[in-house]
Amino acid sequence: MITEAKCKKIIDLAIAHAGNRVTDMQVTVFEQDQATSRFANNEMTQHVDTCTTTVTITVNAKGRTATFATDSTSTKAIKRAVDKAIETAAVLPHDSTTLRVLKPSNLTEDATPKFSRYDPRIAALGPEDRLKRVKSIVEVARRGRFSAAGIFATYLNSYAIGNSAGLFRFDQQTNVECSITMLSASSSGWQKGYGCNLDAVDPVALAEGAASRARKSRNPVYVRPGDYTVILEPSAVLDLICFLYDDFTGTEHWYETSSFYKKIGKSVLGKNITITDDANHELQTGFFFDDEGMNRKTVTIVEDGKLKTPVKSRRSVKYLGGSPTGHGAAPSSAEGEFPMNIVVAGGDSSLEEMIASTQRGILLTRVWYVRDVDPNTKLLTGMTRDGTFLIENGKVTRGIKNLRFNQSVIDMLKNVVEIGQPVLAAGEETFPAVVPPMKIENFRFSSRTKA
Amino acid sequence: MNKELALYALDVARSLGASYADARLIKTVSETVETRDLYVVYAADNESIGLGIRVLVRGGWGFATARHLTKLGVVAAVTKAVEAAKASSRLLNGRVKLAKEAAHQEIWQSPFSIDPFKISTNDKVSLLLECEKLMRKTRGVKQTSGLLTFTREKKLFVSTDGSDITQTFLTSGCGIDAQAGVDEHFVRSWPNSFGGQYESAGWEMVQRWDLLGNAQRVAEESVMVSKARQCPEMVTDVILGASQLALQIHESTGHPTELDRVFGEEENYAGASFLTPDNLGKLKYGSKIVNLTANATVPNALGTFAYDDDGVPGQRVELVKNGLFVGYLTSRETAHELGLDRSGGMMRATGPGFTPLVRMTNVSLEPGDAGSLQDLIADTKKGILLDTNYSWSIDDRRHNFQFGTEIGWLIKNGKIVEPVRNPSYWGITTNFWNSCDAICGPSEHVYWGIPTCAKGQPCQAIGTGHGAAPARFKNTKVGVAKPAEDKPKGAAHSKPHSGHHHAKVARHHRHCAGGSK
Repeated sequence: MITEAKCKKIIDLAIAHAGNRVTDMQVTVFEQDQATSRFANNEMTQHVDTCTTTVTITVNAKGRTATFATDSTSTKAIKRAVDKAIETAAVLPHDSTTLRVLKPSNLTEDATPKFSRYDPRIAALGPEDRLKRVKSIVEVARRGRFSAAGIFATYLNSYAIGNSAGLFRFDQQTNVECSITMLSASSSGWQKGYGCNLDAVDPVALAEGAASRARKSRNPVYVRPGDYTVILEPSAVLDLICFLYDDFTGTEHWYETSSFYKKIGKSVLGKNITITDDANHELQTGFFFDDEGMNRKTVTIVEDGKLKTPVKSRRSVKYLGGSPTGHGAAPSSAEGEFPMNIVVAGGDSSLEEMIASTQRGILLTRVWYVRDVDPNTKLLTGMTRDGTFLIENGKVTRGIKNLRFNQSVIDMLKNVVEIGQPVLAAGEETFPAVVPPMKIENFRFSSRTKA
Repeated sequence: MNKELALYALDVARSLGASYADARLIKTVSETVETRDLYVVYAADNESIGLGIRVLVRGGWGFATARHLTKLGVVAAVTKAVEAAKASSRLLNGRVKLAKEAAHQEIWQSPFSIDPFKISTNDKVSLLLECEKLMRKTRGVKQTSGLLTFTREKKLFVSTDGSDITQTFLTSGCGIDAQAGVDEHFVRSWPNSFGGQYESAGWEMVQRWDLLGNAQRVAEESVMVSKARQCPEMVTDVILGASQLALQIHESTGHPTELDRVFGEEENYAGASFLTPDNLGKLKYGSKIVNLTANATVPNALGTFAYDDDGVPGQRVELVKNGLFVGYLTSRETAHELGLDRSGGMMRATGPGFTPLVRMTNVSLEPGDAGSLQDLIADTKKGILLDTNYSWSIDDRRHNFQFGTEIGWLIKNGKIVEPVRNPSYWGITTNFWNSCDAICGPSEHVYWGIPTCAKGQPCQAIGTGHGAAPARFKNTKVGVAKPAEDKPKGAAHSKPHSGHHHAKVARHHRHCAGGSK
């Protein structure tokens, strides 16, 4: 595990080596130790333990910006990376819009994280510890005569940013991830957990949840595609609403490509929808500063259905006005900014209450391979998977064969009739976020499949 | 490249009880230049070197990477891999066994004519900016962008079976796009969407795809599609342009023929496959003219190599022959499990930090006898030509798919009569391939590169190749996305993918959400 002192030494070396050959420079050091125990068919199939380090040097030489990244932290490699970045920058055209790096004096808020996202218990887990957890999952599978597939993984992430104006930020966090699919001959069920501390993920509880869904969806039946009332579990909500993240960025508003362009202050979603980006939320994961070194501020993006503001980088505020929100990507990046810590406000309905109030509808555990069809209306297509159920007369009655949907996520968030308590949900299309389950009217399924 | 270090890793693995071990020492350099709206928005180089070691101990797999490329670093990595393998061995249904493979010693270099790293960054930037300037001359064009990216990877593979293989891969990618419209925005790309075309080739591929020569047409088509009407909902004959057909092959043929997926190893993430072994040699996957192969030996395609990461030579394997499902993509482990004598050589990892998986090589539709694209259009009474991918989705068993393209061209009585916007089509894999009634000939056949095929946990993105010539599919459902009149008032238009969303997610979160999976 790389230390703060080592990161500082690398960054100082790079800045000193560049000297007055550059106008500005930023250096980031990212290191990830990752260990994954992967299983399928109730046996271990992969067991990996890896480490990656990336030092990224971005130089601004008189309005010409270039980047060089290396995985070596040796003095020779760092100096070479600086020299190469300067060499590349020299031949680029001048860009009068180039930003200077962030000065420490511009950090107006306390730079100290409010709490730690580092759990030494996760960092200490070894292969036998992971095996023990996988065995406990497989035990649940065997008891229920299921076949289990999935992962139990741990991450130790270290991230440092420094620049030639004297700014230096460093943080370390741990993550634990457990994703489980339980399979019977005719059905499957899935659950996934994620968090920064070991207690956030209970492999046995997840296994039992997945097994329960596989059990209840045995011998699924076809239902006719069409418009349905649906109840989405949090992971399914997450993998749909993440397609709005770009539309919540200042750069997309600046480029006039956000679906919500010219709609700031207007109602864009249902009145019961409030979305914030909050890196300090207790359930959230991720670093407390952005890729320019700014503190990630809490931003209310949508309040009671009205678009309040996108998140903004130091660059996009030059065109949009306002203040940067601490969501910026690295200098010279085309990416602008991104909301990394989405929190969707919850309601007072439980999942059971949502089901009980539904005459006829569909309960979705997981959506799969979701893609834009029409990015302006945010029309998305994708499939259901691993636990899709028919609700009749207030009860989950049986599993159904998977369905393809073609549904605008904007329309979906205008048709939410009940909202549950938010949790840290993990899906497959994006990183985890704090979202609740939702009951939605008129969700459009366009076709069905054999499985 | 310190071969001694890789060989030392094998010695340590043997001494710690490994019955098999391989080590991959990989050095990678890359350069990317990206322009947008006449600015250089990204100019970056990357250099990395790493060692990954995979071991079999008591029949269980373990894998680790070296934090430091020293003898001490290697010992630490091998120890971790062995500990992981020992833990794996305590939860097995049976010991892992590998299909036999001879030891190979070879040095190989992917073919190229012009080294892109010898072309100055200034020339690369100038080319993209020239393209952008030309595209922006077309009235109505609102945004333009361009991308050039080059990678050289030198990979040493050594194994306890005695293989000692050094391969050097040179990969190049190029693309431009233009977006048009006022309140709505429509994109046209060249040579392909989402960054362009990728090949195992040098700067000559950039010259061959002639970005500058196509810039004006791309710009004009973006304006044209912005003024076109919505693709109508209908059942009609569809001609897929070659690049779109490449992705169709990738999703509906390549992935379901991966034998590790068939055996359930990807159930939790990428999914499984409807092509179970009981279908082998029996299932009528497509019409009689459909011949699909996986060929790792094609010069200059993105999925080309001399040896895979099991140390098995690249091969040509038939997957579908005259419409019949006949073969899988395999590794030494899965080949043995299926009872095959030898692996097809499809085991690859994304760099030294990942353990190899069964991956596509160049999974391709063999050319047919329908002549040129113009001949095929002339032979089509009523239909639609769908060109350049825009949206893609398929279920976790690879049955039910839906794709969208940048542009559609309605065909009537053998002629293109009108462009349409937002075209999409839907189908069930085997029904679709059985409806294939014409495939263009070799003159239209291109090996398209998909640089970001996602699979595995932790997720790995790797390049695959797909040879395709335009082909026709009868009675296909088109315009399946919600028709314009059903959309909310004032929102009946489309805008292009920025192409950034999934890349952003992946880069920010350091995993590979997005891409093809």
